[in-house]
Amino acid sequence: MAHVLNQVRRGFYLDSVALMRMSRVIAGIDGVEEAALMMGTPANHEIMSDAGLLAEAGQSAGGGDLIIGIRATSQAVAETALAEATAQLDAPSTRGAGTAYRPKSLRSAVGMLPGANLALISVPGDFAVAEARKAIRRGLNAMIFSDNVGIEAEAALKAEARELGRLVMGPDCGTAIIAGTPLAFANVVPRGSIGMIGASGTGLQEVTCLVAQLGGGISHAIGVGGRDLKAEVGGISTLMAIEALAADPGTDSLVLIAKPPAEAVAKAVLNALDASGKQAVICFMGAPPMEVPANVTQCFTLKDAAYAALGKSAETPQAPALQATEKKQLLGLFAGGTLCAEAQVILRDAAQTVRSNVPVTGIGDVDSTGHLMLDLGDDDYTRGRPHPMIDPTVRDEAFVEALARQDLAAILCDVVIGYGAHDDPAGHLAALVSANQTSLGPAIFASVCGTDGDPQGRAGQIAKLEAAGVHVAPSNADAARWALTAVRAG
Amino acid sequence: MEAIEKANALAVERILTSDPILIDVQTARDVVPGLKDGMILHAGPPIEWDRMCGPMKGAITGIAVYEGWASDLADAEAKAAAGAFEFHPNHHFDCVGPMTGMTTVSQPMLVVENRTFGNRAYCAINEGLGKVMRFGGNDAEVLDRLRWLRDAFGPALGAAIRHNGGLELKNIIARGLTMGDEMHQRNVACSGLTLRALAPAMAETATDNAALAKALAFIAGNDQFFLNIAMAMGKSMTDAARGIEASSIVTSMSRNGTDFGVRVSGTGDQWFVAPVEMPEGLYFPGYSEADANPDMGDSAIVETIGLGGFAMGASPAVAGFVGAGSASDAGNFTRAMAEITAAESPEWTIPAMDYLGVPTGIDIRLVVDTGLAPTINTGIAHRKPGIGQVGAGVVKAPMGCFTQALTAFADRMGVN
Repeated sequence: MAHVLNQVRRGFYLDSVALMRMSRVIAGIDGVEEAALMMGTPANHEIMSDAGLLAEAGQSAGGGDLIIGIRATSQAVAETALAEATAQLDAPSTRGAGTAYRPKSLRSAVGMLPGANLALISVPGDFAVAEARKAIRRGLNAMIFSDNVGIEAEAALKAEARELGRLVMGPDCGTAIIAGTPLAFANVVPRGSIGMIGASGTGLQEVTCLVAQLGGGISHAIGVGGRDLKAEVGGISTLMAIEALAADPGTDSLVLIAKPPAEAVAKAVLNALDASGKQAVICFMGAPPMEVPANVTQCFTLKDAAYAALGKSAETPQAPALQATEKKQLLGLFAGGTLCAEAQVILRDAAQTVRSNVPVTGIGDVDSTGHLMLDLGDDDYTRGRPHPMIDPTVRDEAFVEALARQDLAAILCDVVIGYGAHDDPAGHLAALVSANQTSLGPAIFASVCGTDGDPQGRAGQIAKLEAAGVHVAPSNADAARWALTAVRAG
Repeated sequence: MEAIEKANALAVERILTSDPILIDVQTARDVVPGLKDGMILHAGPPIEWDRMCGPMKGAITGIAVYEGWASDLADAEAKAAAGAFEFHPNHHFDCVGPMTGMTTVSQPMLVVENRTFGNRAYCAINEGLGKVMRFGGNDAEVLDRLRWLRDAFGPALGAAIRHNGGLELKNIIARGLTMGDEMHQRNVACSGLTLRALAPAMAETATDNAALAKALAFIAGNDQFFLNIAMAMGKSMTDAARGIEASSIVTSMSRNGTDFGVRVSGTGDQWFVAPVEMPEGLYFPGYSEADANPDMGDSAIVETIGLGGFAMGASPAVAGFVGAGSASDAGNFTRAMAEITAAESPEWTIPAMDYLGVPTGIDIRLVVDTGLAPTINTGIAHRKPGIGQVGAGVVKAPMGCFTQALTAFADRMGVN
């Protein structure tokens, strides 16, 4: 029988990422079935209740209170785990001479750093717009990492920002590199003359990293949030970003990565690119070929976009030789949403039947048939849990299950590194594969999105995967094409 | 928005341009407007007898005996319960008082005049440490000391102050901040500066050497002597900022041991009240949290003008003592309070923080927006009457006061 133990700390706040990390450590204790440390917001109450982690003691916690919830095989284990959680929370913070003051509000932060011109906002979605308003009214541009912001609120905020001449990146903007400074999930790439705009995080990461690998460099990479090109928002931030990069003397050419925009918005964006007078590459992931101005090149994969930005044409490297197999199924397990989308496009354009939880144009949903391409970073998987880029264990269960399947020709996956990502995702995946792979199981194709300048180091990550028998392709697109050879080999 | 900024600028300007002078010590009956026999003024927002905490009840019975309104403590308690006395907040009578904050007709009151605006504020004389009425003490020793303050010390102090033509307080505070006082938990420097300023005049005006020696020893033996002067000063300064339409600046923070009350310039004299919190701090040997009374006193008036917890950076020793963290973290308390205040004092600065001015003018909008409640440095009373102080620590003003105040303010401003 499970023993559920709760403890509430009144008025005790910790950042959700810090709490998630602690939760993971506590959940890893032998005999602990599940553990979570969460602030007692209504949404978190529901999550903890659903997870069977809420006991009577936890019910009374409010939004400003911390709930420690533990479910264990015995009361003794639960108590040990609780003690460990308490010890972690009480571990002395490093203090002493020179403890720098960390401002609690934008007003105070701007007071301490009067030259700042950008605020990165990462607060629960309900409060993100209010904070972003404060930022733009103080003359700051705003990058909103938060999600769960309504589209009407996004449109109103961006309209106000446009009036004030300030750029709003996001909501749900996970990646940006401004003047060489990586923000949130981003990679260490050289500075150069290519300016990028992305309505997707991993799309920007993949293209910036491929450009870096090809010897190019980035002036700025501006995230705009996944819904900017929808009709309701009208591409306000994208259009402002195009204008800014067009005027930037350090930017020679532009790359725009997005989902297919609303028709009117696409027209406005193409007009703006035309007016920029600079060479531009667009990749509207999943969109059909469209009519574009003379200075614009349309690409259909992230890889092609990166090559086109450097005036090169892409080729697919020789796939590794595989034993012939009768198996016909591929399974994609992705941490990056746009990487999942790119794989779908490549399989679709190779006349394969594909399904996905986040299908691109022409692809069926999960209940249809064909190769299943799963984006494990989608909201359905990350509600109340860390994103698989932060915590690769989120992918473990699906991976172990897939490795045991004898009907599967290959698993296709991504490993995303850089700032914000887990400190050794390849090491984690390699250990999992080594422990669970059977001779009759599927082949594994992967790519590592990142650079050797990243804290994790791309070459080292690749080496760990290869040592575990994973086929590592130079790019996500190449990995998808290699996986195709596995189902065609028979 | 613009109207609020303008009103707040005016409120803060009034606080900052105040010129508080300790001008006299006078009997309450003669100087406190509206104070009458049978009235007992107490700390905090209004409260009735039944809801008062132990120390408050203890002080009330003691002061009733002192005033001769009851034959003994039991009689006083019966009369209090029967409604024989009128209870009012000090704040309604231009007064303030630490902890229980007893003010009645025959007490000698420190008189502080705000020379810029002409208003006056009053506070009784600090009784010293240990078993005292402000912590609910009410035995013969406590009452005898009050009688001595009334009959001997008060008149002598008043004579000396008058002899000097008053004592300018802003300068004493400025110097005290450079000497490690924050004027709530630590008043040792300001008490010393005051003694230095008044001792010659006390000698000049004294008629009896033994009485003079006793009076000087009383001040010299009480590190918190200056607290009550600082409080009357604070009251005289914040009163100058009261009643400014559209201002969201706090003019009073005060506790009665049961409720915490906040008043705001732009919402008239309405109290916004929430249950007081328990201070966190260090206890004298033999006492613990189990003995502690919840937060009490009008002394948070000093935080309202940027001192106390707001000036923690000036007083690293206090940061350690009150359990607020390490001494090197003291400045962070001040910086955090700067997040909820409208201005820095140009005259009261903290050398160790590169002469940062103390954060002044609490804006309820910023409190609610940042979720940062004012930090108050405080003494901790025993929850039973008659025992006295058992520790010292820090306490947060309850957020409920500020959310209520902001809602009422928004209503008044026609914002929803």
